[in-house]
Amino acid sequence: MAYTYYPGCSQEVSNRAYNLSTRAVAKALDMELVELNDWNCCGTSPSYSVRELPTFVLGARNLALAERQAGASDLVTICNGCFAMLEKTNLRLKESDLSRSVGEVLGVAGLEYKGSVRVRHFLEVLVNDVGEGLIRERASLPLEGLKVAPYYGCQFSRPEGRYDDLEFPTALDRLLSWIGAEVVDYPLKAQCCGGLLMTTKEEVALKLVRDLLALAQKRGARCIATICPLCQLNLEAYQERVKARFGADFSIPILYFTQLLGLSLGLERKALGLGTELVSATGILAPYLSVASREV
Amino acid sequence: MAQKVIGAGPIEPSLGLVERVLDRSIAEKIKGCIQCGTCSASCPTAYAMDYTPRWIIAALRAGQWERVLKSNTPWLCASCYYCTVRCPSGIEFTDLMYALKRLAIERGIYPKGSPVLYQAFTSTVDRYGRSAEMELMARYYLRTLNPWGLIKMAPMGLKMLLKGRLPLLPHKIEGQKDMAKMLEYMRERGGK
Repeated sequence: MAYTYYPGCSQEVSNRAYNLSTRAVAKALDMELVELNDWNCCGTSPSYSVRELPTFVLGARNLALAERQAGASDLVTICNGCFAMLEKTNLRLKESDLSRSVGEVLGVAGLEYKGSVRVRHFLEVLVNDVGEGLIRERASLPLEGLKVAPYYGCQFSRPEGRYDDLEFPTALDRLLSWIGAEVVDYPLKAQCCGGLLMTTKEEVALKLVRDLLALAQKRGARCIATICPLCQLNLEAYQERVKARFGADFSIPILYFTQLLGLSLGLERKALGLGTELVSATGILAPYLSVASREV
Repeated sequence: MAQKVIGAGPIEPSLGLVERVLDRSIAEKIKGCIQCGTCSASCPTAYAMDYTPRWIIAALRAGQWERVLKSNTPWLCASCYYCTVRCPSGIEFTDLMYALKRLAIERGIYPKGSPVLYQAFTSTVDRYGRSAEMELMARYYLRTLNPWGLIKMAPMGLKMLLKGRLPLLPHKIEGQKDMAKMLEYMRERGGK
C-alpha cells in the first residue's frame, strides 16, 4: 500500500515524535509513506480567518503537487487541522467559480489540479485499509492493562464525518482495543481542546483542557491518546497553567496514538520519539517496552 | 477572475442588509434559521461570548452587522464544528464565523487586537510557505505589546527547548518564489 504523506508544519520540530512514530509504525505494517515533495502550509484555520482565496490556493498547491507526484492517490495527514482544511479545500474546489479562480492562480506557478486526490487521516487509514487482522497479528507486545482515554478532538470527524461518526467517533477506540489497551469510556472524546484559543483566549481554552484532563483522570486513564498535534500540545504543555488557574493538579501523559501502536508492534522507544514528552510517560509505559528498549 | 468570495466586495445598496456584507449563499442560508439555539447550546465557548451564535444570526438578519463585528464572538470560535453538524437548518455556522472574521478585518471593525495572531500567522506563511512558530509567537507578543505573555510562556518554552521541541529556525519551501508569484497575482487582482 503506497500513500503520499503530508506531515504538516508542527511535525517538523515541536511534534516531531508524531512524525517519527507515524513513519516507524507505517514501516512495521508494510505501508509505504512517500513524503509529499516540497509541501507547504495546509491553509489552516488562522489563514482562513484572514483571507479566503489565498487559503484555498495554499491547500490546492499541496493537492496539485500530490497529483503530480502520485496521480490519483491518497494524501495522508496526521494533523486534524491539516486534514480538515485540505479536505475542505478539496471539496470546495468542486465548485466551479472557486475552482476557476484557484486554477488561474496555480497556473502562475505552472501547476494544475484536476481533483483526483483523496485526503485521508492516518488513523482511519490504519483502521480502514490496514485493518484489524494485520494489526492484531503484528501487535506482539499488547498493552494489556494500560488504561487509555481515546481523544479525537474536533476536526477528525467534523465537519464532514466522512470516515467516522460526527460526534462519537470510534476508530481510535477500536484500534486501541486491537493492541490490547484498556479503552476507558471517555464521552468528551470529540470535544474541543481550545485549539488556537490557547494563545489568544487562554482563560477559555484552559477551562476546556481542565475538563478533558479531569474526566480522563476520573475514568482512571493512565494516559490520553491523541491524534492531533495541537490537541497534544494543549493537553500536555498547559497542565501546569491549568494548575495555576484552577488548582487542579494533573500529571497525565499525553501520547500520540502512533506511539502506543508502535510499542505494541515491538518498536523501540527512541524510534517512536518517546522521551520527548513534557509529562513523562516512562513510568506508565515501563511494563510495555520491548526488551531492546529497556536496555537503552 | 471570478472574485465572488465570502465577505468580499463593496456595499451594494440594491441588496438586503445581510447580503451587503456576506456571501449570498450564506445570507440565503441564515434566512432558514429557526432560532432553536442548538448552535449556542453546542458551543463550548458560548459562555464567554458577547452574543451567542443564535443571537448572532438574529442580529445579522436584523441588519446589525456592525454590532456583530464589534463583538468578541467570532474571535471565540475554536472551529470545533459542533454547531455546524447539529444545525437542523443546515447552516454552516463555523464557516459563518470565519467569514465574519474576514469581514471584520476587511472593514477594520473588531475588538482591539483580535486579529493580530491570525495576521501574524499569514505573514509568516507568506514568507516561508510553512508555519514558523517561533517567529509567529515573537510577532504576536510584540504586536500585542504583551511582554508578560512572553514571560509567562518562558517556563514552557524552556521545557520544549530541552526536549528539542522548539523550532528555532523556520523552514523555507523550495517553491517559495512560485508562492510569492501567486500571492502577488492575487494581490494585483484584489484577491483577499
